Amino acid sequence: MISLNYQAIYVIWLRQMKRFIRDKGRLISNFIQPFLFLAVLGFGLNAASFPGLPSNLRYIDILAPGIIVWSILFPSVFIGLSILWDRQFGFLQEVLVAPVNRLSIVIGTTLGGATIAILQGLIVFFVSLVLGVSIKISLLLILAPVFMILTSFVAIGIGLTIASKMESIEGFQFIVSLLIMPLLFLSGSFSPLDTMPSWLRTIAFFDPITYGVDGLRASLIGYSYFPFYISLTVLITLSIVMMGLGSYFFNKSEV
Amino acid sequence: MSIISVQNLKKYYKDVKAVDGINFEVNEREVFGFLGPNGAGKTTTIKMLVTLLKPTEGTAKITGYDVKKDPDKVRRSIGIVFQEPALDDRLTGKENLDFHARMYGMRKEQREKRIKEVLKLVDLEEKANTLVKNYSGGMKRRIELARGLMHFPKVLFLDEPTLGLDPQTRRSVWDYIKSLNEKEKITIFLTTHYMEEADYLCKRVAIIDRGKILVIDKPSKLKSRIGRDVITISCSNGELCVNALKKEKWVESIKVHDSIITIGTKNVEKKLPIILKIAEKNKIEIKSIDIRKPTLEDVFLYYTGRKIRDQEISNFEKFKRRFV
Repeated sequence: MISLNYQAIYVIWLRQMKRFIRDKGRLISNFIQPFLFLAVLGFGLNAASFPGLPSNLRYIDILAPGIIVWSILFPSVFIGLSILWDRQFGFLQEVLVAPVNRLSIVIGTTLGGATIAILQGLIVFFVSLVLGVSIKISLLLILAPVFMILTSFVAIGIGLTIASKMESIEGFQFIVSLLIMPLLFLSGSFSPLDTMPSWLRTIAFFDPITYGVDGLRASLIGYSYFPFYISLTVLITLSIVMMGLGSYFFNKSEV
Repeated sequence: MSIISVQNLKKYYKDVKAVDGINFEVNEREVFGFLGPNGAGKTTTIKMLVTLLKPTEGTAKITGYDVKKDPDKVRRSIGIVFQEPALDDRLTGKENLDFHARMYGMRKEQREKRIKEVLKLVDLEEKANTLVKNYSGGMKRRIELARGLMHFPKVLFLDEPTLGLDPQTRRSVWDYIKSLNEKEKITIFLTTHYMEEADYLCKRVAIIDRGKILVIDKPSKLKSRIGRDVITISCSNGELCVNALKKEKWVESIKVHDSIITIGTKNVEKKLPIILKIAEKNKIEIKSIDIRKPTLEDVFLYYTGRKIRDQEISNFEKFKRRFV
């Protein structure tokens, strides 16, 4: 059994927090982009109606959980990019040569990425409140952060896997943009699953992000395609699988 | 007692023998240098010693721990300064040290005390809270030296410690390295392709070329093997000249490369007229004569038959190796 190096996990997390807070440009763009999407799409398509959905739901209510997932997805996947940067600039050597096992490094990195992702998700959540998204107060609301964290873990696992397999930063960015956009659009984050044509919906079932969006809808606005416990089970399973894969490949990668 | 002990260490890549069976011992508190051109196998050796690369064959022990069997214990007892800066430039110097200290599991009081100590050693106390991206090249090297010392290692590895620094900064980094060796009572293993650096810093030097160690000795001994003085003669017929001079008893060593002859000898002032006479007798035209004390460059030339610069791989070659 590998014993974890807690102090190392903490300092790897701390380093990411410091970098995040100091990167003002990133902070601002991470805040403005989801805000724009939510405001412009939400109000712009306000008139759109989706037959078969509860009539009290407006488009912006459907959209908000999707945008929250979106704002979680990017910083999570881009954890992989930060590892590639560290490799490029030699800092990864400093990390790998320390008497700390790789699992602790993966955990520290993951917790850092997840914290940033959740912070962003929460920012978008509060923006949604300001924009008047009607949140349904129920016990399920407690599950909202759980769905955010699980979605973030799945995405971090994806990011770690790609980063370990990629040699270059450009390659990573290419693969990610090739992968993330479809994952995002197919997940039903911009349109409810109910109103999709059935072939599109079948594809969406294979998209891990679908369950993050649907689960978050269940807990935030009280409407979802699947019952919340299905999304929860699928996400827990997926996050274990993806994190396992990610750490496996990171373990095997060389300096 | 030797603190580093290496036996028959090898690292083979597909068709390249990067390190080809080297043996050496480093004594406690010694400054030991690997001198050789780029691509000689210096960095590969260091990476094996610090457990970042697995040796193909052979053993290496550091403070008694085997790099293959006990990598964690080896890591705890060594500090490293990599060839390329390995700092997080979005953190301050102090934060980089703090990161390192925590990675090595140091406690709070110990950490804070040690950070102050090492910052003082490299004179960076005033820049401690400045972001590393605003540091100069020399300051980056110094903070890396400080970081390498943070966790009280027994051995400090320096891979080309002054690569890319201007001559003035280089000299100041040398002085820092020397003072670390004395004040911290630490063993230092360094690689370099700068003759002056090996000469100035190292107690003993191993000359390495194409993955093999050619000779290990004190710089002064290496130089005296060639002779106390070196005469370099450029003449019309190198071969003829060497054959004529070889017969002289006072010639301690002699080598010819193209039309340039290097002779090791002593009391050089008295030998010059003799050389001129021999040249005249054999009808050899002497174009120039140069007299100086031997340098490690001469030693390198003597053992490899080439100047160290001749074999440095071109930048294009390096580029190819990295990307193809």
